[in-house]
Amino acid sequence: MSSKQDSSFYHDLLDTCLTVGELMIEGGSEMYRVEDTMVRIAKTAGEPDPRVFIVPTGIFMSLDRGNYCQSILVHERNINLELVDRINSLSRDFAANKITLPQVKEQVYKIANGDFPVFPLWIQVIGAAVLSATLMVMFIENYDWLDFPAAAVVGAIGFVSAYYFKRFTKVKYLAELVAAMIMTTVAVGIVHLFPAMIIDNILTGALMPLVPGLALTNALRDLFKGDLLSGMVKICEALLTAFALGGGVGIILKFLGA
Amino acid sequence: MPFWLELIINILFAYLASVGFALTINVPHRVLNLAGVSGIVSWIIYWLAMRASMGRLISNLLGSFAIGILAIVFARRKKCPASVFYIPAIVPLVPGVPAYQAVRELTAGNINGASDSALRVIIVTGSIALGMLLSNMFVEIFFRAKKFYKEKKNSYNN
Repeated sequence: MSSKQDSSFYHDLLDTCLTVGELMIEGGSEMYRVEDTMVRIAKTAGEPDPRVFIVPTGIFMSLDRGNYCQSILVHERNINLELVDRINSLSRDFAANKITLPQVKEQVYKIANGDFPVFPLWIQVIGAAVLSATLMVMFIENYDWLDFPAAAVVGAIGFVSAYYFKRFTKVKYLAELVAAMIMTTVAVGIVHLFPAMIIDNILTGALMPLVPGLALTNALRDLFKGDLLSGMVKICEALLTAFALGGGVGIILKFLGA
Repeated sequence: MPFWLELIINILFAYLASVGFALTINVPHRVLNLAGVSGIVSWIIYWLAMRASMGRLISNLLGSFAIGILAIVFARRKKCPASVFYIPAIVPLVPGVPAYQAVRELTAGNINGASDSALRVIIVTGSIALGMLLSNMFVEIFFRAKKFYKEKKNSYNN
């Protein structure tokens, strides 16, 4: 396949590779893995010298010495590991010559249209509640069982409100801000009802599903690997999320005076 | 509270927290249990190191080092990317709470507290990232050495 190909082959290959890259960045994969997967797919398909440039907000790719070149923008950056796993096994199968390029293209478009299993919302909410409650007990050294249910409830409410506000608004970080304000209001109400609880502990646990600690760690790993641009972009994103969360909590606590 | 009870609580809660986070980020269904197991390993190593008063930097480094190696082992066994295992497992270690606290102290006007928390974020994040890099390096060296000795053995046999 390494001889001169017709243009529809290159267009197909470009579309497939760019969609793969977009999906992997949306799923929260590392930059070097995205680059590796795209180059590997192109090389397996028979293009000897594919060139890729990747930043977290977009991808450029050129084939056939620059005769075919396209770019794609990436707007969403979440963590969705099922997506990364699907794409990874697809490229693994393609590299082992188990499937052909048209099949890869078809599968990739299926995944891009949302044809992969997702946990239903209520299971995700239970996960967020469990995460909030258990991490609160683990972080607060003296085993604070009193705030355990409160942290679970507030964490679940925060997760649900962030989930719905992300669909509702296009302004980024507004969802985190609003979720933090709702969570703080509920926590203040709970502490008014049961004065023995400590609001700082409740909020510490309940914010755990939303805080950007993971994004910060990934950003630093990218920086250490030499991906300076994507590291800086991710650090910026994590800082803005932290400011949104802390600002939301601070505003409500100032007004309600708890 | 006796030591064994604390240990049991920590193991159980680390498992639950990692699985809970894995549910919210939609990990593949077949690796849910192993994600929880790697969460236990990272948190217990961190917790024991903190109890042995090794300091925050070393404890985080040890925890993330262990999780880096374990994630690569699991990834080779289950044939999926290593990030599927280390992202849920690293969640108890990452400094989300000090990052939030730093911003909250800023909104309250307490500059000293804010800079304390921000410094803690930098130290913990740096040590976690360093631990993961070290584990990547060790795994690479291990496989290279294995390959080297295999080739050497073959050349002797011939």
